[in-house]
This record gives sequence, C-alpha cells and structure tokens, in this order.
Amino acid sequence: MGFKTVFEDCDILVVGGGMGGTGAAYEARYWGRDLKIVVAEKANIDRSGAVAQGLYAINCYMGMQWDENQPEDHVRYARNDLMGMVREDLAYDMARHVDSTVHKFEEWGLPLMRDPETGRYQREGKWQIMIHGESYKPIVAEAARKSADKIYNRIMVTHLLMDESQPNRIGGAVGFNVRTGDFHVFRAKAVIVGAGGASHIFKPRSVGEGMGRTWYAPWSSASAYALPIQVGAKMTQMENRIVLCRFKDGYGPVGAYFLHLKTYTQNAYGEEYESKWYEHTKNLVGEYIDHHPTPTCLRNHAFIEEMKAGRGPIHMVTKEAFQDPHKEVIGWENFLGMTVGQAVVWASQDIDPKYINPELTTSEPYVMGSHATCSGAWASGPVDVSPDEYYWGYNRMMTVDGLFGAGDALGGTAHAFSSGSFTEGRLAAKAAVRFIRDHDKDPVKVSESQYEQLKTTVYKPLENYQIGRNEIVGGTVSPSYLLPIHGLQRLEKIMDEYAGGISNNYMTNEPLLARGLQLLHTLHEDLDQIGAEDLHQLQRAWELRHRAIASESVVRHTLFREETRWPGYYYRGDHMKLDDDNWHVLTLSRRDPESGEWTMEKAPVYHIVD
Amino acid sequence: MHIDKKYRRAVNIEPNMCWECYSCVKACPQNAIDARGYADFAPLGHSVRVRREEEKGTISWRIKFRDGREKSFVSPITTQPWGEKIPRLAEFAVPDEAALESQLLCHEPDALNIEAGLPTIDKSKFKQGVYY
Ligand SMILES: Cc1cc2nc3c(=O)[nH]c(=O)nc-3n(C[C@H](O)[C@H](O)[C@H](O)COP(=O)(O)OP(=O)(O)OC[C@H]3O[C@@H](n4cnc5c(N)ncnc54)[C@H](O)[C@@H]3O)c2cc1C
Ligand code: SF4
Ligand code: SF4
Repeated sequence: MGFKTVFEDCDILVVGGGMGGTGAAYEARYWGRDLKIVVAEKANIDRSGAVAQGLYAINCYMGMQWDENQPEDHVRYARNDLMGMVREDLAYDMARHVDSTVHKFEEWGLPLMRDPETGRYQREGKWQIMIHGESYKPIVAEAARKSADKIYNRIMVTHLLMDESQPNRIGGAVGFNVRTGDFHVFRAKAVIVGAGGASHIFKPRSVGEGMGRTWYAPWSSASAYALPIQVGAKMTQMENRIVLCRFKDGYGPVGAYFLHLKTYTQNAYGEEYESKWYEHTKNLVGEYIDHHPTPTCLRNHAFIEEMKAGRGPIHMVTKEAFQDPHKEVIGWENFLGMTVGQAVVWASQDIDPKYINPELTTSEPYVMGSHATCSGAWASGPVDVSPDEYYWGYNRMMTVDGLFGAGDALGGTAHAFSSGSFTEGRLAAKAAVRFIRDHDKDPVKVSESQYEQLKTTVYKPLENYQIGRNEIVGGTVSPSYLLPIHGLQRLEKIMDEYAGGISNNYMTNEPLLARGLQLLHTLHEDLDQIGAEDLHQLQRAWELRHRAIASESVVRHTLFREETRWPGYYYRGDHMKLDDDNWHVLTLSRRDPESGEWTMEKAPVYHIVD
Repeated sequence: MHIDKKYRRAVNIEPNMCWECYSCVKACPQNAIDARGYADFAPLGHSVRVRREEEKGTISWRIKFRDGREKSFVSPITTQPWGEKIPRLAEFAVPDEAALESQLLCHEPDALNIEAGLPTIDKSKFKQGVYY
C-alpha cells in the first residue's frame, strides 16, 4: 500500500482530544513551556467524544467554596456507589482539584446556572450542577487548541510505540489519517491516553438502523483500554461494566428527572416496586442495601427483577412535574442539550411527558472509567495521599513508564464525569512534564523496523479486501474475509450471550465465560482476515480490534472475580452472593505482549477516609 | 458525513453508526442537513430542527410531533464573546521549577476559592480491607 509516512517528534503526545485529552493539553502547556505538545484525535476535537452533543449538567463539583462537599465526601459517595471498590486516593485527588476546573469553565463562557436565592451554582442533586452546556465541548476544545503546538484531527491511533533503549518505556504511537490514509508516526517522551470508554462490545437493544443510538457514543471504541493492554499495561476492575437505567430507545438521562424534577418510577400497574425487592437484595448483598444513597447497581437490580416478574414496562411518572411550565422546559432542554435522540423518539411516538408517563429501560452494558463504574488502567496516585502499593512516582502513570491516562482510560476512579475527566487530564499532564524533566538525559529510541512492521499491520485489512474481492462476483459474502460490521456483530453476540448481556438478563457463570473466551479466541484469529473496502472501513476495522481486545479483558476479569459484587450490572450465576471475605479487593490483569498470556491478581483496597 | 462524488452533496455514509448527535446538523452553515429518527423505533412524520448561532450565543430548537403539535426552545451556549476569555497559557508567567513538585495545578490555589489551600490527608489513618 503506497501510503505516505508522516513523522512527528514531540515531548508529550495526547491520544484522544475528549474531556481528558483537552485538559491534558491545557495543563501541559502551563508547566511545559518549552515542550512540544501534540494531540492526535480520530475525529475533530470541536465535537469529539462523549460530550459531542453537549451536557446539561456537570456531575462532579464539590462546592468547597460554600462548604457544600469536601473531597472526603466524594470518596465516601463513590465508594458506596461502587459497593466498596474504588481507588480512594485517585478519587480524593480528582475531587480536591475539580472545583478549580469548573471555575475556569465558567470564566471561559460555559453558562452555569445559578440558584436565584443563594447565588450559588444551581444544584441538580448533591453532586451535580446544572449548565446550558450545548457548547461545552467546543469551549474546552478551544482551550486545548490555544495550548497545544499541534492538533491532528482525523488520526485514528492504532498502536503505541515502545522505546527500544530501556525496557517498559513508552516511545510514542502510530495511526493513520482516516481521510487521506497517511501513516503517522509520533515519537514522544510521554504519552497521555484519553481515548474514552467502550460502547458496542455488548449487543445493543437496537440492532437495525438504530444500532448507533447507544447510550455511550458509538465512537467510544475501547481504544483507551486496547492501546495500553497491547503494550502490557496492567488493567483494573474491567469486570465492572455499567448498565444504565434510561428512557427507552433514546437513552435520555434520568438524573435531572429524579433529582431536580422530582419524578419517580412505578411499574405497569402504577405500583412502587423498589421496596418489594428489599429482602431479596439484602439476601444477596447484605447491609449494602441499607446504604444511602442506594447504590446505582442495586436500583437497577430491583428494576430488572420487576421486569422479570412480568410487571413491566416501568414508567417514569412525569405527568405531575410537567404541569409546572418551568419544569417542563427543563425536562425538554435537558435532552436537547445532551441526548437529542430522546426528543426525537418522543416527538415521533407522540409522547408528551405532560400527559403520558414515558417508559424506562435498562441498557446493554458498557465499559468505562469515568461514570458510575471504574474500569481502566491501573495507575499511580499522587505522593501525598496514596498508599505505597498505589504509588510509583508519577501521578496517573500506568505501569508502563511514561504512559499516562485520564478519564475513561483510568481504572478505579468512578464518578469523575466530564469535569473530573478534564481534571485528571490536567493531573496527568503535570506529572508527564515532571517525568520528562526527570528523564531528560535518556532520549527516546524507536527503530524503523518497529513502525514499519506496524505500518504493514495497519493497512492489512485493505489488502485482505483487494485480494478477497477478486474471488467473488459482488455482494458482501466472501469466503476469505469478514467486513468490520460482521466482526462487530459477532463480538456483540459473544459478549451478550456469554458475558452477561441483555438477552440473558445480565447473567453469566464460569462455563459461559470459558466458552466465551474460546469464541473470542477464534474471533481474534478471524480479525487478521478483516477486509476493509476503504479508509472509513479501515477505521472500523481498528475500532473493532480495540473492542475485541478490551472485551477479552472484560471476560477474564469477570471470570476471575468469583462473586456477584454488583447485582444489576451483572450476575455470576455460580456465585450469586457478594463475598466480602474473599473479594473485597481490586482485580488486576496483565497481558504479556510477547506471549499473549494473561495473568490475574488481587490488589488490596485501601480506605483513606473513614 | 462524506460528500457523494456523483451528486456533490453531503451524505451520511453509515446511518447505523450515527449517534443522532446533531453535530453535523448544527455545523452546516446552509442548514442543509435534516435528520429523522431511526426506523427501528421512530414512526415517520416528526422532526427536530436546530439553529446554533455563535454570534448571538444561542441555540434554538423546534420539535414537531407526529400528530403536528410543536414545541420550541432557546438556550444560551456561552456567556462570553465566542472564545475570547479562553487564555493562552504560553503568555502567562513561567512557573518556577520547584512548583512542579507541588500538588497544585495551574491557577491553584486561587481558583479553588477557598482559604485553607489544597486539601490533603494524613496517611497514618489509612485502613485496608473490608470497611464501609
Ligand atoms: C449520554 C451521556 C451523558 C453524560 N452526561 C454527563 C453529565 O450530565 N455530566 C457529566 O459531567 N458527565 C456526563 N457524561 C460523562 C462524560 O461525558 C465523560 O465522563 C467524559 O466525556 C469522559 O472523558 P474522556 O476524555 O475519558 O472521553 P471522551 O470525552 O469520550 O474523549 C475520548 C476522545 O478520544 C478520541 N478517540 C477515541 N479513540 C481514539 C483513537 N484510537 N485515536 C484517536 N482518538 C481517539 C475520541 O474521538 C474522543 O475525542 C455523559 C456521557 C454520556 C455519553
Ligand atoms: S448526527 Fe452526529 S453521528 Fe450522526 S452523522 Fe451527524 S455528526 Fe455524525
Ligand atoms: S452545505 Fe452543509 S451539508 Fe453541504 S457540505 Fe457544506 S456543511 Fe456539509
């Protein structure tokens, strides 16, 4: 394939210009005045990532200036919601800085609503503040653009590069331009991965034209996990997938409805149902069901059980709240500002929540590190608040030297959301600058053979297609290649049926997971035979590869944790109960890049606040 | 969105991987892009239209239901002249090297708006194991 190779030598490479990546570019400029800072983004940073449509709330703000919450409160909240399992050091560290991020957003022009009586930011709930955030992403993108030396849009990063003069040291990344096809080699002293979470690893509820209308963006393609896994970085809590209770089909968020509009749920017969499942849930998880607020997964659990009992659909009771015109406007604007598709669903089905209580659903599972779950890379915390086991020199550095992460990429840091992800990008960038200063004597060495080999690998799907296409007259059925969509649908089916997706009511067990691994193994083999007709499909081919790698990690973690820690997110049918005696631990995995072998281990949970 | 080579018009080349995020609709200066809900669950006859105006700092929506009812909404998108208040950090005073060792991020501690400075925790209090 005659694609041009373009080189970029820089100090800090940021992979993915979403919330974490833009925060990283911004902070890196402040501390690294003389450093070259480059961003590689597969879309266009103005609208890329999970915040493409905007947001109607900033879900993580302490309000320390008004003594609303302290970082300790955030740790308690995140720990409780995750059934005890978070990296409290990382959570605390993000929380103590997040207010300064939000104050800057307001200065930059992001419209934060204010409570007319107190003059403080308008709270939606204890943690969320309400915003008119349609342009949230263009605003933070502008901050990154004014900071970075160069932003490459339309570059899909496929692999990280390793330094060849020192073991386990990052050397940069490679990718290709999805429009021109150019091959890009970035040699960098430090890399910050902010490539977002993972949708479409489990089969979604809609599989036709609407399959892209998932809750998390269809472009959240698990690169943030696959890139580090490929170079042997340790991952944590990958079993901790998330299932969302959302408005049906459009996946419109429910936070503002519950918290601000004070709407509530009931079953098809108008009955409150959560309390009915109290004893049942207590039997599975013990006293966790008595915690306040009720952990998200346990509320899902009651929803799922009520549906299984044949009393669905579950409705959100909106008719009362929507009689207040102010609340009605908020209800609609909430979607227009962040999930337009929900407004489309209601308009098309003539659902006006003022007169009809809309249906809710539980989504297919997603893997991510910034929302109400904490899957991702195992990273060092800051020196002052991290226990020894959690600290190896540089804040937010993974177990590969010079490789950092932010947002969904990092494990253990649940409930960071948009503001927390940007803040993590800032923390990672400052640490990366320090890493570069400390290592300024050892230059990065990446051999030509390393990137040339990857170049061949990257374009292989185009070649597969060209060759295989000669064997058939037309159509999409070829004996020698699979198209990316075929591979994606196989992956989603495997994960759905064997790893606890919607069609099994989130249920799995050891035999199912073991069979799932076998099927994933042959899928990996088949992925070497993916055929891509053009550059667009080449991007899809690499997104699929990243999803498949992350999926394997999810299955291995799920197999390792022999308990059901989060009923409502998934169930191990062979270990239905939460087991604090054996599993009050974080799970870690590492895939050896040479042998492809995975090793699993437990890591202790440290509680740094009472 | 790609340009169709034959008709020289923009087309969505992969509708089943569209998030219905409306970014393309908002970005088109000619307001040339229209969208309808997905065939899987959205009956025909509805529309959701949008106009985003950076100079005015607003976004306006018009929702038409299948049965013809309409609703309109307008929201602010920024409180500042577009982009002007976003700083160029390269023009700030260079921080001294010692500050690199501290836990403070740029603009801190001022931007936290608290007297006490950046919070921290006493490590001797850490506990391990099952604990609520
Ligand atoms: C529907 C929805 C509602 C939400 N509601 C809220 C809310 O109300 N409040 C709140 O605070 N948070 C909310 N969030 C969460 C918030 O959006 C995320 O926490 C945050 O965006 C995560 O930041 P990130 O940088 O990890 O990922 P993203 O912001 O998703 O950024 C990832 C970036 O990486 C790029 N990328 C991916 N792969 C590659 C690759 N291989 N090469 C190059 N670039 C790549 C992507 O294009 C993207 O730009 C919501 C999210 C969703 C989806
Ligand atoms: S609505 Fe969003 S996802 Fe769909 S084509 Fe437009 S920009 Fe792409
Ligand atoms: S007029 Fe609009 S739809 Fe057409 S190419 Fe320009 S931006 Fe795209």
